[in-house]
Amino acid sequence: MGYSLSKDQFNSLLDALKKSYTVYGPAVDPDKGNYSDTDRITYKKINSFDDLVLDMKTYFSPKEIVYPVREPLFHFSDGSFFVPHIDEKKIAILLRPCDINGFDRLDTVFLKNGPEEDFYYKRRRKNIRFFMIECAEGFDNCWCVSMNANRTDMYDVAFRFGKEILADVKNEEFIPYLVGFPQTEVDIQFIEKNSIEVKVPEIGSISPESFDLEMWNEYTSRCIACGRCNTSCITCSCFTVQDVACGTEGRMAERRRRWAGCQLNGFTDMAGGHSYRSKNGEKMRFKTMHKINDFHRRFGKHQCVGCGRCDDVCPQYISFARCINTLSEVVAERGKNEQ
Amino acid sequence: MNNNPYIAEKAKLIRITPETAIDSTFTIAWDKPVKPGQFLEISIPGAGEAPISISDFNDGELSMTIRKVGRVTGALFDMKEGDTLFARGPYGNGFEYNYYAGTNLKIIAGGTGLAPVKNLIKTFMEPRYVNSLEVLLGFKTPEDILFKNEVLSWVESATAILTVDNGNYDWKGNSGLITQYIPQLDLNKPQDCVCIVVGPPVMIKFVLADLLTRDVPRENIWVSFERNMSCGIGKCGHCKIDNTYICLDGPVFRLPDTMKLID
Repeated sequence: MGYSLSKDQFNSLLDALKKSYTVYGPAVDPDKGNYSDTDRITYKKINSFDDLVLDMKTYFSPKEIVYPVREPLFHFSDGSFFVPHIDEKKIAILLRPCDINGFDRLDTVFLKNGPEEDFYYKRRRKNIRFFMIECAEGFDNCWCVSMNANRTDMYDVAFRFGKEILADVKNEEFIPYLVGFPQTEVDIQFIEKNSIEVKVPEIGSISPESFDLEMWNEYTSRCIACGRCNTSCITCSCFTVQDVACGTEGRMAERRRRWAGCQLNGFTDMAGGHSYRSKNGEKMRFKTMHKINDFHRRFGKHQCVGCGRCDDVCPQYISFARCINTLSEVVAERGKNEQ
Repeated sequence: MNNNPYIAEKAKLIRITPETAIDSTFTIAWDKPVKPGQFLEISIPGAGEAPISISDFNDGELSMTIRKVGRVTGALFDMKEGDTLFARGPYGNGFEYNYYAGTNLKIIAGGTGLAPVKNLIKTFMEPRYVNSLEVLLGFKTPEDILFKNEVLSWVESATAILTVDNGNYDWKGNSGLITQYIPQLDLNKPQDCVCIVVGPPVMIKFVLADLLTRDVPRENIWVSFERNMSCGIGKCGHCKIDNTYICLDGPVFRLPDTMKLID
């Protein structure tokens, strides 16, 4: 079902939704930019159309709405566990197709990897609705098309924000909110070409020798293991569980999980002091392989959705897009030599 | 909350048996089915949670042999018999008895690597399970020998060869690296032998190299991986190597399946 709305009508739609939904979207966080007197674009609660920032990419992805940076798993007191309740109000997120595909990757790890579903992810995820922002032009630093993550049908409502606002409603749950607005045909478009193109190595072309390439050493000297690429990534899902004791008796405690990342030091530490991938170049190699090779081998689709945030946030100006392309070139060159 | 896999269950600590100056075996009450080679996530609220491999189990009891190396194991060593800890699991594939039944089995274990195969050794000492069993065990010094009474009885019954890297004046047994004693195993018909290798990474590396030069087929060799899992259920990412989650697909692997696992 397609509808056409003015900005005022969009605002009255938001007002009507408010009773049952919290709406999140890209917005300005004043003075939170990396430099003094600069703003940061990030995901925030949206109250009106004017809150939305549609011409810039967000610094962080919307993943923390569903998968918080720190989350209590339970509180422990005198031998009993208490799982904290969460706000069960439904959440609608205004986001682009790449990020919807990113949530699909998070769903894959949390809900489909292994026999157990992740209780904490699932209970938030089931209340999430996707309001897709039509993204026909992308931003300067995106490669979603190369990752096949430019399209999705996993949205509840899709919006085109132009002179008028067009809405394509897929989930009937939202029809009552739009009934009364003028109906129209809405043909939602997806971007077909980014300014950056990435060539992903063929699955199967990565050999054990690809792990030893000279190119990884470059990242040992450039990467500082800050983990910004992990925290800004819509698809990075790793975490560490830790306990925080209240008082000295240990009778009350909170077990929580917090984001972890393969790029950070300590991620592979084991009992007794042994660890793996201690060089930053090895971490970069691990991340690269996971995003564009290993995940695909396990789940049949690439983990990276080409949102480009890792490149936007890297303080060392490391380009992941460039890294993938270099790997492709080296692997192809090697293949030629072997023939 | 039984759909919440992170909730651990209470487990009563029945017995603490010191093994060496730094290792002790913690035995808890446990009635869920387990396989050797699997692990539990053991927790002490306030201290944290850690993956611990199962060293033995029978009759409603389960044992884990633990070295005091960190926050959780440190808190475990402060506990006393009768106290309660928390456990969830078992996790991992473990060793499948079926794969080894009827074979000429060699179990080669170094140091704490003995813990995950201890129950397997005990089970397969019953002659009806395997065609033959030889065990080769290596420890750093005589003081590091785990399950000393049982191990010495295995040596006594000629089931096991025991060596220590560095002996002392009181030590009457073998000394030298574990690889020096591989020739004493009966590997005359390597095609008919199945080998399980567990231990520290450097020991595994040299033992595997030696076995392969003796023409033991790769697919007849089994190894167990060690990683510090945070969740045990394929979510946290800590144990992932390539497209493999050690907690879900391992920790026990047939050697050819590990050749592509590069950290």
